[in-house]
Amino acid sequence: MDLGFLAQYVMNGLMLGMMYALVAVGFTLFFGVLDVIKFSHGDVLTVGAFTGLATFIGLRAASIDSNALQLLAMLIASIGAMAILGAVIARAFILPLRYAPALNTLLITLMLGTVLREMVRLFYPDGANPKPFPRLLPADSVSIGNFNLRLDNAIMLTAGVLVIVGLQLLLNRTKLGLAIRAVAQDEETAKTMGVNFNLIVLITFAIGSGLAAFAGVMNGLYYNEINFGIGLYLGVVGFSAAIVGGLGNIYGAILGGFLFAALQTIGAVSLPFASAYKDVFAFGVVIAIMAWRPTGLIPEKLSERV
Amino acid sequence: MKKFGILVAVAVGASLLALAASHNPADAKDKVKVGFIGSLTGGTSANGIGGRNSADLAVRLRNADPKAKYEYEMVSLDDECKPNIGVQVATKLAADKDIIAAATHYCSAVAIATVDTYHKFELPIIVWGAVLPDITYRNKYPEVHRVNGTMINQNQLNATLLTKLGYKTFAVIHDTTDYGKGHNKYFSEALEKAGGKIIGTFGVTSDQQDFTAELTQIKSLNPQVIYFGGLTPIGVRIRAQMDRLGLNNVVFDGTSGIKSDAFIEGLGKFAEGSLSFLEGAPTERLPGGKFFLEKYNAQNYPNPPEAYGAFGFAAMNLILDTIESQGPDRKKVRDALNKVRKIDSIVGEITFDDHGQNTVPIITAYVAQDGKWVVWEDSEYASGKRKLPGQK
Repeated sequence: MDLGFLAQYVMNGLMLGMMYALVAVGFTLFFGVLDVIKFSHGDVLTVGAFTGLATFIGLRAASIDSNALQLLAMLIASIGAMAILGAVIARAFILPLRYAPALNTLLITLMLGTVLREMVRLFYPDGANPKPFPRLLPADSVSIGNFNLRLDNAIMLTAGVLVIVGLQLLLNRTKLGLAIRAVAQDEETAKTMGVNFNLIVLITFAIGSGLAAFAGVMNGLYYNEINFGIGLYLGVVGFSAAIVGGLGNIYGAILGGFLFAALQTIGAVSLPFASAYKDVFAFGVVIAIMAWRPTGLIPEKLSERV
Repeated sequence: MKKFGILVAVAVGASLLALAASHNPADAKDKVKVGFIGSLTGGTSANGIGGRNSADLAVRLRNADPKAKYEYEMVSLDDECKPNIGVQVATKLAADKDIIAAATHYCSAVAIATVDTYHKFELPIIVWGAVLPDITYRNKYPEVHRVNGTMINQNQLNATLLTKLGYKTFAVIHDTTDYGKGHNKYFSEALEKAGGKIIGTFGVTSDQQDFTAELTQIKSLNPQVIYFGGLTPIGVRIRAQMDRLGLNNVVFDGTSGIKSDAFIEGLGKFAEGSLSFLEGAPTERLPGGKFFLEKYNAQNYPNPPEAYGAFGFAAMNLILDTIESQGPDRKKVRDALNKVRKIDSIVGEITFDDHGQNTVPIITAYVAQDGKWVVWEDSEYASGKRKLPGQK
């Protein structure tokens, strides 16, 4: 295969993988602290993307035309609002159900996701139609042979890497991170050591949901289009990526995200049959990996079964 | 005194008409019933009601015509655009032996569900709005006819127009529903006849988000045109991602599925130069469109005729013409309808093939120009003022 096209496929896969990884990290964070699966995570991403779009429309109406300023405001509004939404969801729906069967949390967040999604569809003006998302990053591109390297793709990839590195530093180098890890390892011990359990849980949900908002805005900037259904699919893929990587482990989630994107790209490119089957192929491989390593590729360090 | 005489004449005429309505005098016109079915309630009711009014207009004009042999009454029923309801009302209509023929259905899913009923009860019908090819082509029912075109016709025009503009190599993306697969099939057939070449076909799911892998493959095949058989939401995504991969030197050639305002709204300036094709034409551009709109507006119907109203009118008018010539007999009307060749109507010439499908239906090509779908012939692309990518 031509090297230019190969580079293009790799670039496509990296962009997809970055978005999947950002969503998967959220799933894995929530599972880490509370051992719950929060199925509304993908729809928080949708709401985040739409919050960003609404912010943009508001700024444009206020005739603020600087792209950088618009983008910054969108990110702050979207991430801030989703962080609050995430904390509210945790406080109102997930913490009260801590001692109920895990199935209840799963169901309530599944329903909550539907409510969020339908609210975007019904209450955002013309929400059932796909919405154009502004192109705020410079669209300059360099063609190297058949490879079209766009500046905005490069910026988004770098930003994604920085966010993940930042999260890593936060978890491993700060007191807050220590508290989150403590809660994740052993709730009772963490409490006796003076960690405010509820607060840490809320902060974790805020961080995870803020990441989803970031992924939502990135999704919009990349595809230049958002619709009320984006979160549903990204949620399923992010969840699968978190599971296949090893639920509860951040590296696992990142690995899972990129693996899934790679599988989809390979499925679409190199399989002899129609690309319509690329999801069948990707999910099929995920199933095979799950059968081979039921706890995921990189399992959570401390298993409760020990 | 003269005025009084006219008044008397009018009064006598009116009472005669009233008598005729109660079947009494021998020299008054016989009453004949015809049927109409469309979606009169629900999401597509605007089109259904427009069609109903237009068919009603045909009946009213005929009843006002002194040369007409019969007096017509139209029975109008609502299929709600639901196949199960459609079969119920079709059965009701067909079982009424007084009804000689009917103009039926806007919704394809309903029309395809009801053709068996019409065949069983031997009620000749003319479909006035539904576009699925199978309605006329799956079976060979002598009762079933259609005045409007199908996706076969729009793909023929699509293939002819683009090859005429000098395009030779096409990549096809279609969704894997019956709708998208149908488009793929009919476009591929039409393109082969027109002399174009398909160098890659990609089936995609109808809710797919990312098309960069497919589009990169298409880029490596280097076609002049990307044909897209599917609906607006993924059409928007594909066109937006073409830009991301630097595929702006390729024509984006869509179908009726993207002929919507949402497509243009979703893409902004990137919609420019996209093509779409739709059965029918803006009513004012139809051969008899001006006449039709004048008569329609004179009746003060509360709703507009909508895109397919003129076809409803043409279908009903053809039924009335046939009853006039053959008499109120279902079998004779059916046989006469099957022999319809080159008959003038407000939607242009009508010729039914051996499946009862109008073979010369009107299709209109549109191009997105300055944020609007503009009829191709009226566009600056057709006049040469602007150029599609690679247009000669």
